[in-house]
Amino acid sequence: MSDIVVKTEDVVKEYRMGSNVLRALDGINIEIQRGEYISLMGPSGSGKSTLFNMIGALDRPTEGQVYIDGQNMSNLSQRQIAAFRCHRVGYIFQSYNLLNVRTAHGNVTLPMIFAGIPDKQRNEKAEKLLDMVGLGDRMYHLPDELSGGQRQRVAIARALANDPSIVLADEPTANLDTITGREIIDLIKQLNTQQGVTVISATHDLKMLDVSDRIVDIRDGLVERIRNRDEIEIEVGEVGGHE
Amino acid sequence: MNQRAPIEEQIDLPFVESLRISFQSLKIRFGRSIITTAGITLGIAFLVSVWTNNEIELALQESGRSSEITGLDEAAEQGISTKDIWLIIMSLIVCVVGIANSMLMAVTERFREIGTMKCLGALDGFVVRLFLLESGFQGFAGALIGALIGLLGAVVLGLKNYGLDLFFYFPLLPAQPENGPFQLGVLLLILLGCILGMILAIIGSSFPAWRAAKLPPAEAMRTEV
Repeated sequence: MSDIVVKTEDVVKEYRMGSNVLRALDGINIEIQRGEYISLMGPSGSGKSTLFNMIGALDRPTEGQVYIDGQNMSNLSQRQIAAFRCHRVGYIFQSYNLLNVRTAHGNVTLPMIFAGIPDKQRNEKAEKLLDMVGLGDRMYHLPDELSGGQRQRVAIARALANDPSIVLADEPTANLDTITGREIIDLIKQLNTQQGVTVISATHDLKMLDVSDRIVDIRDGLVERIRNRDEIEIEVGEVGGHE
Repeated sequence: MNQRAPIEEQIDLPFVESLRISFQSLKIRFGRSIITTAGITLGIAFLVSVWTNNEIELALQESGRSSEITGLDEAAEQGISTKDIWLIIMSLIVCVVGIANSMLMAVTERFREIGTMKCLGALDGFVVRLFLLESGFQGFAGALIGALIGLLGAVVLGLKNYGLDLFFYFPLLPAQPENGPFQLGVLLLILLGCILGMILAIIGSSFPAWRAAKLPPAEAMRTEV
């Protein structure tokens, strides 16, 4: 039985730049199954980040519909959209987007504060999640005191705070070196296989394609093609003596 | 699995939680907070010093001692001069523009933070409330310090001009002289300065915060300053 978690119908997004209208998405139709690892791929400016924002309810489409868990997102109230972002989705960004005024621990507890989870419970959960991403000893550091890879780990822990069913990752490895990038990918893949989280990632990174179930190529705001992992040949070189 | 369940409504956070988050933010961004607060302090200090100076002049005129005091010229004996009114209006404008500018900058550089908080499930109203609390506190603290600095400045100037006579006729409380304009008194002026600083800080920050909170998170996070 197919279990579609995300479905887009003729999604169009236009940006107004002065008198010009830029059509970033030109009618996107995709369906994503629960538990899949999907990579959205395309050159910069292809519209993949814009699509990412539409799926995550971070922006509104100009035309068309986005359905998540069978719900039409454009019919949701502000409160429902906030709850959706809080409970159903975890976001991971290229530039981490941690709150610099809060420690690693404080960043991970924030979504739980919004969810109304009591003090003690959320503190324990944040510690557990930070332990899981390997930051047990740097929990109370501010983001400025962490390396890029460590910040992205905090972001992953934060994304998982409210047990989302979907993790959205927008170029999560773009600012990281190869080895750190690999570690982050492994961590995300692990969530996908062990916890059944649906992962939707916008990426250039061939290493990310390697772990994907399906790859959606986006070009000029359209789906160019959709490939299964086994249809493509990817040679991922190993670096630094890693197996 | 409740994943197919209909999407629930986001809850409101208790006020204490907002208070805690906003104080934490002020504490960690202490250096930046001080700069923003300094903008408010300067505006209110200028305002209060000009006003207090004016009150002192009026009080001394009332006392009938102005003719004996060298600092007051003939024109001033007729009441508030055009120059004084001009100075008072100017100080008010400087104060409003200075504070609005400080708060606008302080909020605009945090658009990304606002977008991120919304990604994590913050309601628009919660974001605005955070900024309201932060700026209200900054406004009050900055204005109080500013008012005291302004007062000190006016007293020093008064001492230089009128000597120790200043203290005999110091217009601390409101007064209504028989043949002169109503005097607010310095205490009320300070209170007024504090309230003004706080209100201006709140208006100056909540308007851009409200605008940013209304934006879809993707747009708020895209905003470059």
